[in-house]
This record gives sequence, C-alpha cells and structure tokens, in this order.
Amino acid sequence: MNTPGDDLRSGETSGLGHMMQAGVDTSHGPILYLEDITVSFDGFRALNKLTLTVETGELRCIIGPNGAGKTTMMDVITGKTRPDEGTVFFGQTIDLTRFTESEIAHAGIGRKFQKPTVFENHTVVENLELAMKTDKRVRRSLRARLSSEEIGRIGATLDLIKLSGEAGRLAGVLSHGQKQWLEIGMLLMQEPKLLLLDEPAAGMTDHETARTAELFKELAGSHTLVVVEHDMDFIASLASTVTVLHEGSVLAEGTLDVVKSDERVIEVYLGR
Amino acid sequence: MNTLATNPGFTIPGSEPLFDGRAWTAIAAFLIATLVVVPVLFLVVPASSSFHVSAYFVTLVGKIMCYCAVAVAMNLIWGYTGILSLGHGVFFALGGYAFGMYLMRMIGREGQYQSLLPDFMVFLDWKAYPWYWSFTDHFWVAMVLVVLAPGLLAFVFGFFAFRSRIKGVYFSIITQALTFAFMLLFFRNDTGFGGNNGFTDFKRILGYRIADPHTRAALFALTAAYLMACLVLSRALIRSKTGRVLTAIRDSENRLMFSGYNPLWYKLFVWTLSAVLCGIAGALYVPQVGIINPGEMSAANSIEIAVWVAVGGRGTLLGPLVGASLVNGAKSYFTQSFPEYWLFFLGLLFILVTLFLPKGVVGWFREKRKAAA
Repeated sequence: MNTPGDDLRSGETSGLGHMMQAGVDTSHGPILYLEDITVSFDGFRALNKLTLTVETGELRCIIGPNGAGKTTMMDVITGKTRPDEGTVFFGQTIDLTRFTESEIAHAGIGRKFQKPTVFENHTVVENLELAMKTDKRVRRSLRARLSSEEIGRIGATLDLIKLSGEAGRLAGVLSHGQKQWLEIGMLLMQEPKLLLLDEPAAGMTDHETARTAELFKELAGSHTLVVVEHDMDFIASLASTVTVLHEGSVLAEGTLDVVKSDERVIEVYLGR
Repeated sequence: MNTLATNPGFTIPGSEPLFDGRAWTAIAAFLIATLVVVPVLFLVVPASSSFHVSAYFVTLVGKIMCYCAVAVAMNLIWGYTGILSLGHGVFFALGGYAFGMYLMRMIGREGQYQSLLPDFMVFLDWKAYPWYWSFTDHFWVAMVLVVLAPGLLAFVFGFFAFRSRIKGVYFSIITQALTFAFMLLFFRNDTGFGGNNGFTDFKRILGYRIADPHTRAALFALTAAYLMACLVLSRALIRSKTGRVLTAIRDSENRLMFSGYNPLWYKLFVWTLSAVLCGIAGALYVPQVGIINPGEMSAANSIEIAVWVAVGGRGTLLGPLVGASLVNGAKSYFTQSFPEYWLFFLGLLFILVTLFLPKGVVGWFREKRKAAA
C-alpha cells in the first residue's frame, strides 16, 4: 500500500535546510543511537546511563513501569529535554542535542504524545495541512496555497486514517480513538523517517487497536517506529523487538517471549 | 486554479472568500456613512438643523474608532494567538508621541513663548532640539517613526521574551512592567517629550489648521478607512495558513513545535504587526483628541484594552469593534454623569463578562444563533 510517507523526495529542501543540509545518513545501519544518556530532575535520575540503538526500518516497542523514563527518553530525542550527559545521534551525522524541537521535526522525527494532541479548533483537514511537510516559515505561510498534489496527499492520508467522512469537522469533537488516528495521520504528513509513538492505542476499541497494529506493520520498513505501550496484546500483535526500561536504563531486550520470561522483568514489571 | 480542477471531497483550507456578500455590504455601508454622510452632516448641514452632527460627536466617534483599531490589533495577539498583552498602551502612545513630535514642530512660533522650540523646552531653558527630534518637522519622517518606534520596541522586546519562552501570565506581567517603565521614562522632563504634560496645543497639520472643521472631518474619515483596513487585514491574515498556525499556537504550541514550526517567528510577526497597528491608531488619535501624555502608558489603560476585547469576544472578527465601542460609549456617558463610579463600573463589567459571557457579546450571539438553528 502506498502511504503518504513513501514518497520522500531526498532532494527537497526543508524550511530549515541550511541547518541540516545533509539529511539523515543511515548508510551504516542504526537510525537512532543513544549513548549513556543521563537526565536528572532535582536529584531524581529519570534516565540513568541509557544506551539504546534502533536500526533503520525497525519496529521497536518500549515497555516499562511508570517512571521508568519512557517519556523522558522521547523528550530527549525530540529536543524537549536536554540530557545532562551522553549523546543522541539521528543517523550517522545529526547530533540531536544541538537542535530545537522544530528543527528535529524537520530533520524527520515525528512524535505522537501520550494524550492525543491535535489542534482542536481546526478541522481534520486543517490539522493535516498544518502538519504537512513543507517550508514552515512565516513568509511562506502567508501566501501558502495547497497544490493539487498536496491536496491529493491529504486525501490519501484521510483514507488511510479512516477520517474521510470527518474531514470538515473540528478535531475537538472527534472520539478519543479518532484523535489518536488523526495525530498519527499528522505524523505521516510530516513524512518522518522515525516515528515516536507514546501509547498510540490508548482509548481505542479492539477493532481500532487491531487496525492500528496493522498500519504500524505496514509502515515499518519504509519508516522506523518506536512505540511505547502498556497493552501487552497490542505489543504481541506487533511481533517486534521489545526493550524493557527500568529506573532509567535498559533492563532487557529481545522478542516479547524472551523478555516475558526474564526473571528481572517479571520482578519489576510483569509480575505485579 | 488547479485546486478547482480536482474534487478532493473536502473544503480546501483558505479557499473560502475573504468576506461574504453581507459583510462586504456592511463594510461599504460603514465607509459611506463615515466618509460621506457624517462629513456632509457635519460640514454642510447648518448647526440649526436637527440633522447637524456636532464637532463633539465627530471627535468622540473618531476617538472610539481609534480604540476599535487598537482592539482589532489586540485581538490578533490575544484572541487568535492566545498571548495576553497588558502593555499595548505603550505602542499606542509611542505612535501618538511620534506623530505628536511632528505636530509640536508645526506649532512654529505660535506657542506661548514665540520660540521655534516647543514651550516645554523653552521652559527647561533648552537652546536647541535634542538629536532624536531631528527631521521630525518632515511629515514623512514622522510617519516612518509612527511605524518604527512601536515596531522596533515590540520586535526587540518580543524577540527576547519569546526566545526565552516566556508565556501566559508571566508574559502579561512583563508587558505591564514594560508600559509602566515607559510611563516613568516619559514622565521625566529630561526625556524631552514634555514630561507629565506631554504634547498639546497643536496648531497645524500639513499646513491645515487642526481646529478647522474640514481637517476634523478629514481625520475622522481617515480613521474610519484605517479601521476598515485593519479589519480586512486581520481577516486576510486569519484566513491564511499563517492565521491557522497562530490559532494552533494558542491551542497547542507543543504539537506545533513537534510538527516542525518554530513558534518564535510566528509570535514575533503577529506581535510586531499588532504593535504597529496600535501605533498608527495612536497617531490618528493624537490630532483628533489634541493631547498625548504619559497617562496613555498607565497600567490601567493597557488593561482596559484587554477588557474591550474580552467584552466584545476574543478570537472573533467583530468582537473587538463591538467591545471597544460599547465600553467607550459607556465610559463617555459615565465619566460625564457619574465620574466617580466609572472604574467601579469597569471592574464590575469585567467580572460579569468573565463569569457570564466568557466568549464576549459576539460569542454569545453566535451561540444563541447556533442554538436556534
């Protein structure tokens, strides 16, 4: 299936292209490389020498008890939080600790928040329009008009997230599950290479959850996905590598069956 | 035009017309009334006729239209972008002072002391204009200053405030501090702007006597045209993609940043634009009212601007006009009939609107109409 994210044109310059001219270089495997990341808040170590590697095209699930550092890890990758120590590399060349949130988004990292975050006073179509990959500077936005190609991309994404019938409605009146999908659709409009998804299936019906898992498996390969989840059935249906975080570092990594049988994992997380 | 060739099955953002037919008719009617009808009733119809419009009325409405333009500017930053400024009075006053400098120099030797210097400078025993009064005797220099003074202040202040990600109530408080600091600065005689008396006793503008009814009518018409221009500009901006980004900043700045937008430049753009629109309104206000003093920069004045927008309806196109007109209409009535109660009334109004009309008068009407439909 042709998703809107597939037609990444490598030669296109983004709005902040002068800052990241080269684009992400994944010629040597990993797309995301975190090494010895430490983040402290008032003496509390949210991340403690966290080291994590995600391969290009991989679908990776992250699990862990509350306070394990999952959301902080996403904050570090997306530039919201600066690590006290350690390095974060996007591809071979881009040191993410040196860029702002919007620059990182431009470089090709999309983020879905734990609580679905859409522009509630904009219509579904306007939400997708705002997220769409384009020159996002003020000067350009003043005279921006959608081309027919861009309208086509919005239409394709609407079909993909099953919101064609709600296109003209305000995002604020959508159901929780629909908002989740709209936010996923917005990420896809950004044409990211790496998607960070914080509890994407929360509040979805079983049917919607199954459909989301299907969608993620379709996206993997052409995109890299990092999914933070609590729903074990959902993780099982993704059939991916699972990383278990505990107290700010990696406790175990492997297939779901392997980590499920790990004694330390059972002790801190699954057994409770 | 290629957008019309395909049928995407949804409304394309920004494709709706600037105004519908009814709104264009209303704008045309307003312009005919202010550019033709009122000037004729004021200048041509004799004072004995019951159709005659008094100079008092022309000045009052002219003044309120200036306030309306300020409210439209305030609505851009507060109503649509969600940034509450409690210091917009400083931009209004700076525009007023910039044009006031020109008006002061046009007094020439007609002042009390028959000096080329303004009376307050003679009084301070200054022998020449300070350097920053250079070229202000040229009308176009004054016009440039009207835009530059509030624009530059807003740009520099906004750059540092928005870059430091100062938001919400903290931003509102520092804008209060900004206008207060400028008020103290302008109160000083040594600042060279007339101290607490400010500028007054204007005589001429572009060679025309300022007290002449024709000059008054021209200023009135100009203000009306400017107000409509602000309204059209505001609508065009909000209808553009930039407008949608601005409301997205108001509703979810985080989502916007992670979508690849840098909110700093959008905020700075609308903040500076809003300040410049205020400054031009101030420049139109000063010759009509005949005085500008540091009182315009008082904290209460800037808060009043926010009250106008709140009363009319934040984030609605017409709200600021309705709010500024209602509050100022009430103000001119109260300050004549019960001067001591005006501030109590203003406070009460703000409380009532916050409690019962959170979306303002326009928002209330809109909801009622929606409920009826």
